[in-house]
Amino acid sequence: MLAFTLRRAIQAIGVMIAVGVIAFSMFRFAGDPVNQIVSLDTPAAEREAVRKSLGLDDPVPVQFARYFGNAVQFKFGVSYQFRQPVSNLLMERMPATLELAACATVLAMVFGILMGVYSALRRDTILTKFFQAVSLIGISLPTFLIGILLIYLFSVTLGWLPSFGRGDVVRIGWWTTGLLTLSGLKALIMPSITLGLFQMTLIMRLVRAEMLEVLRTDYIRFARARGLTTRAIHFGHALKNTLVPVITVAGLQFGSVIAFAIITETVFQWPGMGLLFVQAVQNVDIPIMAAYLLMVSLIFVTINLVVDILYTIVDPRLRSTISRPA
Amino acid sequence: MSDAVVPHRLEPNAQASRSGTGWLKRALDSDIFYSFRRSRMTMVAAAVTILFFLLAIFASQLSVQNPFDPAQLQLMNSRISPLWTAEGQSPFLLGTDEQGRDVFSAILYGLRISLVVGVLGVVLAGTLGITLGLIAGYFGGTIDGLILRIADVQLTFPAILIALLVNGVAKSVFGNRLDAMSTLAVLVVAIGLSFWVQYARTVRGSVMVEKNKDYVAAAQLIGLPAPKIIFRHVLPNTMGPILVIATINLALAIITEATLSFLGAGMPDTMPSLGTLIRIGNNYLFAGEWWIVAFPGIALAGLILSINLLGDWLRDALNPKLR
Amino acid sequence: MSVRQTLLAAATASILALAMAPASAQTLRYANQGDLKSLDPYTLNETTTHAHLGHAYEGLIARDKDLKIVPALAESWDIPEPTRWRFHLRKGVKFHNGNPFTADDVVFSAERVRAKGSNLPTRIPSDAKVVKVDDYTVDFILTSPNPILHSQWDTWYIMDKKWAEANNSIAPTPVAATSPSFASLNANGTGPFIIESHQPGVKTVFKPNPNWWREPEHNLKEIVFTPIGSAATRVAALLSGEVDVIEPVPIQDITRVDSSPNAQVLKGPELRTIFLGMDTLRDELLYSNIKGKNPFKDVRVREAFYKAIDVELIKTRVMRGLSTPSALMIAPQLFALSKDFTRPKFDPDGAKKLLTEAGYPDGFEVTMDCPNDRYVNDAPICQAVVSMLARIGVKVDLLAQPKAQYFAKVLKAGGYQTSFFLLGWTPGTLDSHNVLHDVIGCRDDPKSSRGENNLSGYCNKEIDALTDKILQEADTTKRDQLIKSAYAILDKDFGYIPLHQQALAWGVSKKVKLTQRADNQVLLYWATKQD
Repeated sequence: MLAFTLRRAIQAIGVMIAVGVIAFSMFRFAGDPVNQIVSLDTPAAEREAVRKSLGLDDPVPVQFARYFGNAVQFKFGVSYQFRQPVSNLLMERMPATLELAACATVLAMVFGILMGVYSALRRDTILTKFFQAVSLIGISLPTFLIGILLIYLFSVTLGWLPSFGRGDVVRIGWWTTGLLTLSGLKALIMPSITLGLFQMTLIMRLVRAEMLEVLRTDYIRFARARGLTTRAIHFGHALKNTLVPVITVAGLQFGSVIAFAIITETVFQWPGMGLLFVQAVQNVDIPIMAAYLLMVSLIFVTINLVVDILYTIVDPRLRSTISRPA
Repeated sequence: MSDAVVPHRLEPNAQASRSGTGWLKRALDSDIFYSFRRSRMTMVAAAVTILFFLLAIFASQLSVQNPFDPAQLQLMNSRISPLWTAEGQSPFLLGTDEQGRDVFSAILYGLRISLVVGVLGVVLAGTLGITLGLIAGYFGGTIDGLILRIADVQLTFPAILIALLVNGVAKSVFGNRLDAMSTLAVLVVAIGLSFWVQYARTVRGSVMVEKNKDYVAAAQLIGLPAPKIIFRHVLPNTMGPILVIATINLALAIITEATLSFLGAGMPDTMPSLGTLIRIGNNYLFAGEWWIVAFPGIALAGLILSINLLGDWLRDALNPKLR
Repeated sequence: MSVRQTLLAAATASILALAMAPASAQTLRYANQGDLKSLDPYTLNETTTHAHLGHAYEGLIARDKDLKIVPALAESWDIPEPTRWRFHLRKGVKFHNGNPFTADDVVFSAERVRAKGSNLPTRIPSDAKVVKVDDYTVDFILTSPNPILHSQWDTWYIMDKKWAEANNSIAPTPVAATSPSFASLNANGTGPFIIESHQPGVKTVFKPNPNWWREPEHNLKEIVFTPIGSAATRVAALLSGEVDVIEPVPIQDITRVDSSPNAQVLKGPELRTIFLGMDTLRDELLYSNIKGKNPFKDVRVREAFYKAIDVELIKTRVMRGLSTPSALMIAPQLFALSKDFTRPKFDPDGAKKLLTEAGYPDGFEVTMDCPNDRYVNDAPICQAVVSMLARIGVKVDLLAQPKAQYFAKVLKAGGYQTSFFLLGWTPGTLDSHNVLHDVIGCRDDPKSSRGENNLSGYCNKEIDALTDKILQEADTTKRDQLIKSAYAILDKDFGYIPLHQQALAWGVSKKVKLTQRADNQVLLYWATKQD
């Protein structure tokens, strides 16, 4: 067990180093950061000086060694655009993204499980058909299209919900939260739905499938034979058995929810890490891009590692990781 | 979504593994056709999917202009609303955009790009994934470990991030200069590199189950070479789940392409795909020029929806336990 | 979370929300597509940044609502001899931290703005001496006369010497600082607003300066600035009342904003000129199917391009009427004799004939570079140009990309790698000399900064000679005549193809009254907001 854990941990570190190499080498060569930080009429000599002072003239291995050495200490350098340490910027933006991702996940789990259970137990009702239709829409409409639709409907046409940002936030220590103000809560609704819809679909399908399977097993039949109430069978046994894989999948997905927040955050101008990343891509802000990539990878690898270890305890069948596109 | 469910759920059933070559025949046998004919929804989805493919194939015959040819665009004809509205003008059935591009023609050509990128991307991902999966599963050991590690690294990046990265790298490698056709190729590569892992894992799992079976041992005993065993006997048994993954991945690939184009990292405005059309059209939504975004949006959603319906049906049909 | 906890949390949330509901009567919320980057006023020479910082900082001079130079921190000035300017400073002015404003601060700022790391070193000639005469008098001693010395000083903001010294910010924060300086995160000016908090990329809050030396015209108690990059979101935010002012409004949304009950669009011509340029320098184009020669070296080809473009159609269709077609490389507001120039007529047949005469009866192929997130409808304009040129047989391959990649390719740092491009230019001095020197001047002397942004490499020594005279000429009438002759030469050469001045479009809530200045600086100290 210890050996397995250790081996997985070493592999995880290997993965992070590989990601580091990829992140660094890709971003080092995409676009010229100098043009973004000087104005159009800056003389060439000055541009050259800027290039030098950024260290963009050094040999690539030197640049990489410098970068990785700092990254290990959570120092990602200074953002070209904002002239602030990237780690500060990320810390500032992280609460927004984590809050959004958490809300989306909770939303997806609550509704996904409810809908999944219902559609497994009442397989031919109109409501089940409706849920299945919703789940199909959830995977068939690209995130950006859902966002545009929601904004057009609820912000522009009806004027019920804000179309951008987090609303008023409350600062608790270094954390900022929108959960404690009305405007903050209202601002969370549409982005959470947009981001969580896909997850909800996934969980609903998973719950339905697991429930159907569990209901067919012998011990449920046995429970029925013993005369337990249907309710006790469904919720005491079947659902309980279903929840392990569901929570595992939701956990595994949390990393990619954070990554996919890029699109949602862009559509809703949500001031999180994803928006920071998109702005960084547009402005060729290398330090932010590289740091973001490493952060997301770290979250992802950590979750994978934890889940991997838990697998061996819980259910080895679940050893497939899930990926999704936009 | 169903990706999570598919790999461990769709182990080839015992019947199929007994004789590998008959898979296709069985796939078309009455059982599946029966379920197909029973589901009206699936039949509609199939019809719509076929329609979309036909529209894309015959785009140049059906459209009133080639939206990719600037000489055919008249700025005079810009921003005309659909034919049935008060300001509608023939021959622009669904209206025109800012450049005088006929929306209907642009959708047909855009569909063509979406489908080409989607299909080629899936083929690339499938080829890559199946090959690596077969190798990993059959040989095991170090190669297996290495491929799994690569898969791990790759899974660290969600598809959209990989695609953005591949795009960026290609742009820098080609010195910022990417014409429309190379962009297309880059998108295919990006999608191919984003989706191979599922195939690899599925195939690897099946192969590991299969290779310990007696018939493989027997084949090895009579001296058949490894590639032949793999391709003739092991591979066909994994085709069912792969077909399901491929169908669902086609929808995902189309969404990925559209998202990239929407974020501005895909097809250029001069050769728009559906995602590009939606990005352009979104700018005119508030201006009341809804048709520029609405019709490409409907086309995209309809295409993905019908492919997903087909994928769902295929999965259920190949996995009778769920019915 | 249990149901009870959920309810509890919801109840707490609504109580808190009530308790914190702000009386936002005079809070003005403003959203721009661009961000406020550094707070150090010498870090970045960019219009939007200058406008933001202009709320906290002030220069010796200011420009009024019509862009006329007016006294600010300098009460008056005179030019006792052509190479000596004397500025009399305003007394009793205090920085936000309470330090008094004196000549020391001006001398300090003059050194700092020219120091290594500043992005605005051209604000004061490098060989000029800045001398403190007394606490409220400063002399600027030049090596050669320069009648437009102070023309860009409205955005040369004066900093507090003591504050900078105390906070280790004597040197300007370079654009490429490796660690953030105090001055890039904090501001201490003399201006009408104090920056209360600054979260880069998220929001910046300004509070009025109660000790401002001038009587404020605004009635605001707070400005909240948020960057919103997405045009659609920005418009939605304005229409739903989440923000009071946005800049810019995408031109296709102007009608909708205007027809909404709670907002309108302030429109006006902008000073930026959008133009096309062709590589006339290289012997063979970098991106063309014509090898061994450069078609753009033939004036007939350039004329054909000029005449093939229907700028009126671009105005009505792409710009929706919100552009002013231009015959010159400078906006009419900035040059008195502009009306003496007219654009050659749109004439596709003539253009085709010219191409044939030049030896290209079937046209040729060329790649066009175009930004797609810099100017108003830049990429759509380029697409329209492509389709117009297609009609005279020229096959243009359009490369429209984000400004980061675009500038990296076409500017000097990228080796001017372009054959045909679209660019926009606003002279920082609001004067023709800047255009003639930076954009039209020959770039053949590597030691000189002339032609720094002349991406086409167009070169005419006559124009250069006139440009040098223009700098030194103090008589306005004579000077305008010199400028006119320079532009006339350019016109005859078809050296550049000016398209238009784009329009300003600010979205403003009907509760807000605001002055729009033609240089596109959004200055909210002229804004009032009703309850």
